[in-house]
Amino acid sequence: MAEKRMLILSAQDNVGVLLEDAQKDDVAVCGDVRVACAENIPFCHKIALANISRHTDFIKYNEIIGYALCDVQQGAWVHTHNLDDVRGREGML
Amino acid sequence: MDQFLGYRRENGDVGVRNQLAVIPSVFCANHVAKQIAKQIDNAIVFPHEGGCGQHGKDFEQTYDTLVGIGKNANFGAVLVVGLGCERIHSNELAARIGEAGKPAAFFDIQEKGGTLKAIEYGVRVGRELSAKLAEQKREPCEVSSLILGLKCGGTDATSGIVANPALGLATDRVIAQGGTAFLSETNELLGTENIMRRRAASEEVYHDIVKALRHCEEVLTRLTAGLERTSEGAALVSPGNFSGGVSSVSEKALGGIHKSGSSKFVGVLGYAERPKSTGLFLKEAASSDCNVVTSLVAGGAQVVCFTTGVGTPTGFPGVPVIKITGNSKTYQKMGDDLDINVGKVIDGTLTLEEAGGIIYREILGVASGEPSKAEILGHDELFGIGRFELY
Repeated sequence: MAEKRMLILSAQDNVGVLLEDAQKDDVAVCGDVRVACAENIPFCHKIALANISRHTDFIKYNEIIGYALCDVQQGAWVHTHNLDDVRGREGML
Repeated sequence: MDQFLGYRRENGDVGVRNQLAVIPSVFCANHVAKQIAKQIDNAIVFPHEGGCGQHGKDFEQTYDTLVGIGKNANFGAVLVVGLGCERIHSNELAARIGEAGKPAAFFDIQEKGGTLKAIEYGVRVGRELSAKLAEQKREPCEVSSLILGLKCGGTDATSGIVANPALGLATDRVIAQGGTAFLSETNELLGTENIMRRRAASEEVYHDIVKALRHCEEVLTRLTAGLERTSEGAALVSPGNFSGGVSSVSEKALGGIHKSGSSKFVGVLGYAERPKSTGLFLKEAASSDCNVVTSLVAGGAQVVCFTTGVGTPTGFPGVPVIKITGNSKTYQKMGDDLDINVGKVIDGTLTLEEAGGIIYREILGVASGEPSKAEILGHDELFGIGRFELY
């Protein structure tokens, strides 16, 4: 277990960005915010800062970047397996 | 106001390069135009797929784009090569380019009597034009005469958190001194509507921006209809974007918009349209990197700043493309192709403000004649005219 640097672009965001490769059980740290990684998360990929329920929006840059395809636990890797976007194509799955 | 060394044109425009553009009016003249350009110092050629067999607005978009390329201040003179029976008449194309106050010669292959005679004639005329360009000298010019094209490609998540915000700081400095910049890629601005509401100079501009984004979204929805959501065909960002940590087109857009800085958008310009005033504009182009950069150059951009996360080597003929990466690993791997590494901001050895300053100074240096990496390596892939309503 090690501390890994994380960037949170806006205080309203519910995802952070890992600034280095993280392994399961590493702790992602940005100021006072500390979140244990539930799985391996690569450099520049996103981590859930809180529990996010199915069909709830993911927020980065204080804007919507997509919605949750399933319930996502705090510390989970957030990417195309659990995030989709309605923009530019037909609605929600 | 800061200055750079450029070529002043008769109409007040300023070029940062000074080459002869050899432009075929139709694809049938591509080979002859290429053979001519090969034999002239300082000439570059713009082979393309259009000029005939096109209709209505699609025809006009190709025509206007060729005019815009010819008018771009980086080209001191233009030679138009026609076949003789095509829809874009070489004499009319040359006349429209000549409105920018530069020498624009033309001839047709049929009139000259075929390939060999056309090449011989074209080389003679082109060499005379090129010799005159060689006499011109750079002189100090104001930053207000710069038009900066903004682009990203080969994006990963570092682009949105470092490279684009740093480029945005440089863009702000150009705009603050009365210069101009073009943001583009409407397909990669979906999801930025809330930001655009704050960034539009007026309600009218905001409506124009939203209209452009809505149009693009309708086309995308039509193109991807019926496809599996998870399929490659339905994906709105490239595989490299996904593996680089970008998960959706909105996330890419929200990172991408940062390269336009913090100024207000003063208007929306069509694909080949040139601005009538200075300031920050949204240019209505989408699709591939080459379709977008061609729109920026046709609008008058003399320098293109191109951020990349996973690394792309491309360039535009006669227009410097400055490559900026926010990913230090990519810079270590592909440094031959990349001009600036602002990944040091993530590494913690550079501040974002310092990174913006480095990009700004590079813009002025390259505008004054220093070659970009893409120029040194001879890259010219980014010329490609977009078809009307592909997006």
